[in-house]
Amino acid sequence: MSETTTIAPPDLDRRSGVKITARQEQSTPASDRNGGVDPIIELQDVDIYYGSYRAVRGVSIPIERREITAMIGPSGCGKSTLLRSLNRMNDLIIGARVTGRITFHGQDLYEAGVDPIEVRRRIGMVFQQPNPFPKSIYDNISYGPKVTGMKVSNMDDLVEEALTGAALWGEVKDKLKTSALALSGGQQQRLCIARTIAVKPEVILMDEPCSALDPIATAKIEDLMAQLTKQYTIVIVTHNMQQAARVSDKTAFLTAEVDKDGQRHGVLIEFDDTNKIFSAPSNELTEAYISGRFG
Amino acid sequence: MAIDTSRAETGYVHPSAAALKRRRIRLGDTLFRLALQFCLFVAFAFLASLIIYVLIAGWNRLDLRLVTNMPSGLASRADESGLQSALTGTLWVITLTALMCLPTGIAAAIYLEEYADNTRWYNRFLELNIQNLAGVPSIVFGILGLGIIARVFGLGFTIITAAIVLSLLVLPVVIIATREALRAVPPSIRLGSYALGATKWQTVRRQVLPAATSGTATGAILALSRAIGEAAPLILLGAVTFVRFNPEGISSRYTVLPIAIFNLIKSPQAELQELASAGIVLLLIILLLMNSIAIVIRNRAGKIR
Amino acid sequence: MSVTELGSRAPAPQPMRLGRRGNRAGERGVEVLLFIAATVGVLTTVGIIIALVFPTIDFFGDVSIVEFLTGDSWTPLFADKEYGVLPLLVATLVVTAIATLIAVPLGLGAAIYLAEYARPKVRSALKPMLEVLAGIPTVVYGFFALVAIGPLIRDYWPGGDKPSFQNLLIASIAMGIMIVPTVASLAEDAMTAVPRSLRQGAFALASSRMQVATRVVFPAALSGIVAAIVLGISRAIGETMIVTIAGGLISDRVLFNPIEGSATMTAFIASAGQGDLPLGTVEYKSIFAVGALLFIITFALNIVSFRLVRRFREVYE
Ligand SMILES: Nc1ncnc2c1ncn2[C@@H]1O[C@H](COP(=O)(O)OP(=O)(O)O)[C@@H](O)[C@H]1O
Ligand SMILES: [Mg+2]
Repeated sequence: MSETTTIAPPDLDRRSGVKITARQEQSTPASDRNGGVDPIIELQDVDIYYGSYRAVRGVSIPIERREITAMIGPSGCGKSTLLRSLNRMNDLIIGARVTGRITFHGQDLYEAGVDPIEVRRRIGMVFQQPNPFPKSIYDNISYGPKVTGMKVSNMDDLVEEALTGAALWGEVKDKLKTSALALSGGQQQRLCIARTIAVKPEVILMDEPCSALDPIATAKIEDLMAQLTKQYTIVIVTHNMQQAARVSDKTAFLTAEVDKDGQRHGVLIEFDDTNKIFSAPSNELTEAYISGRFG
Repeated sequence: MAIDTSRAETGYVHPSAAALKRRRIRLGDTLFRLALQFCLFVAFAFLASLIIYVLIAGWNRLDLRLVTNMPSGLASRADESGLQSALTGTLWVITLTALMCLPTGIAAAIYLEEYADNTRWYNRFLELNIQNLAGVPSIVFGILGLGIIARVFGLGFTIITAAIVLSLLVLPVVIIATREALRAVPPSIRLGSYALGATKWQTVRRQVLPAATSGTATGAILALSRAIGEAAPLILLGAVTFVRFNPEGISSRYTVLPIAIFNLIKSPQAELQELASAGIVLLLIILLLMNSIAIVIRNRAGKIR
Repeated sequence: MSVTELGSRAPAPQPMRLGRRGNRAGERGVEVLLFIAATVGVLTTVGIIIALVFPTIDFFGDVSIVEFLTGDSWTPLFADKEYGVLPLLVATLVVTAIATLIAVPLGLGAAIYLAEYARPKVRSALKPMLEVLAGIPTVVYGFFALVAIGPLIRDYWPGGDKPSFQNLLIASIAMGIMIVPTVASLAEDAMTAVPRSLRQGAFALASSRMQVATRVVFPAALSGIVAAIVLGISRAIGETMIVTIAGGLISDRVLFNPIEGSATMTAFIASAGQGDLPLGTVEYKSIFAVGALLFIITFALNIVSFRLVRRFREVYE
């Protein structure tokens, strides 16, 4: 599987050419749909280690602008690990290390001089458990713009805009000063999304954002995601295949492979249009997984 | 009519069913429980009799004289003697101690809990050292004050020397309590902050510390109450001298409440023994007030805004 | 959770789209300040060691180490000065032994009750009371021992030789109660850390609460409990005010009988340190020599206690 993607990291000048080659090997239909030349993030032969343990091996995926890319696969195959590497949240884990290339607008995210703080401002993240700050709703939203030094002419407007963008304004507009912890789980998760879009990122990473929520709250988040693609690129990790099928444009299927020394590494099995993955997967492992035979 | 006749008809009740209802009284178990309760009872009876004793013994002296009058050197004026200089000395020393040990202790705790990479030997060493320091007898801190701070640094037997020594003495208490408070802040809050592009210090300063306020404040109060009651190290640092004036500054000579009480205990006069009891009541009231503040803070911790 | 920024490789010279906006010297500066604060503890330890070592070395220039460790009379404040530390050491051991005999059963009993028997409500009412007991200044314990426990014991003393006004027994009783909270709270921590599953297994075998507490939880928490006791002992050895006020100051002979007043190591330091001993004299330096001995003993006990706690943690956490 990983052999197809072991292309030497391309030289910056010749990037686009190499990229197309890489994608042709991966999937043609996906790139057809929007011209295939606008990936905002690109992973090339990415390995991720925790200390000496290689959790993810040889993953190459392009992430298209203003699309929803889903990552699916059995638990422990490295989906969260991979997601965290896209905005350098892995830097916060002692011993975590990334090799290969992850580019954002063509800029290698792991090059010397790249500031992880700046990366995270441009690539936001929403977590599995809603994690609002133990502060008021208003302060949850205004925190990001304040700490990142955004020039905000009117914070009230920005808070309203962010909450509206996260489809939460109507529900909370009269209690902006109350504690965010008093909200329901689904509202808290939308607050976390609002808080993320308040700093105006380009990409939003979501790690199983609905797995702690009930079906109604989940439906609201899914609707919201569809809305958000007008402005944002979304990468979502989910263990729920129906969800991936419902919301995403592209799907990456990963699984854990056991190599000769008995270690499990996450590897990419297939990356393609979501429709293709769920209707006519080209790999029998994918077929087996989406039909529920393992995972 | 035919409501569960089975049992009535057979007239038989399975023996174990009845046995389940009959709670066996285990004598040994009951005695054991009583013995355990007795242990706690002894401790609390001691506490209660101690408090009652000092209240009764000091009752006649529990009035304003205690705080408005200076200690009297003349045996004939013993009943006019008060503890004002010790009270003001305690206030001075504790204020300075708070100013020094709280920022240092909280900062050290933040470093150890939020910044230190524990795979580095020096960070593990810092940590081990704090634990060790917490177990060093307080009189040894007095020796540090006597040998180094008063003599080598030349600060002499002054308020500032006392405050430095007490700060170092309770520093581990502040650090350990603050670290516990920081550890209780869920990691998800930090991750949420980082994911928005906040820096480490922004995250610590604006998310972690506010969330840890109540634990930190409780620890701070605990540390300061320990410092208020501490006498041993100050014995070596000139606090036992007879002081009839309020401190005039940080390089003033001084005494403090526990030391003044210690001096009174040593004196043979009955009036002064009475005054010692009254002084103890005063000291306990101060500590009780501080502890109540800590409890109020702790109870309000659950409610955020 | 401990987090560190790993991604800070050397900054590139050329400007970059994801480079640092503005400089973050402040971030680095804060970290340095915090680190400095964390080193204050080390400086304190170093200061303590320096404060003890030099005068102690000086002291052993005047007094032989053999005389110090084996001599049975300690009279630095007398005209005829002798420097045998045994009287102080023995008094310390007597007080510590009796205090431990009192504190261990009481502390462990309280701990078992709190950990295994008390309902959450009872427990949350009792624990602050223990904290209050722990928060009483030791000067107060000393006073109470001298003026309340002392007369009480003298009145009811069965034998012919009545205890003296200041004596090690009353100091030990007060000290024993004083360290109950230390032993109780650490032992309780150890017992509550024993996994629930272990208890449930025993209850499932129809064990009574007492059997679970004494045969399952207690052995499982043993190293933590021993650590609590060792720490209590260390506190008793280092405690100063109680023995200074109530324990007596005789040190010219070795006294094993607790109803006599005798100076412990800490009581000697406190009483000798009150007067302005002339700097540089042997008697001044003897304070430091006894302090060094005290430091070494308590340090060793603390290390033992950490080791035990660590072993306990390794098993259950
Ligand atoms: N912080 C970490 N330290 C060490 N190993 C980790 C860490 N996080 C995840 N792993 C390991 O990496 C592998 C992938 O984990 P993860 O990315 O969480 O998988 P997924 O999200 O697909 O369930 C697992 O084997 C897991 O044990
Ligand atoms: Mg995951």
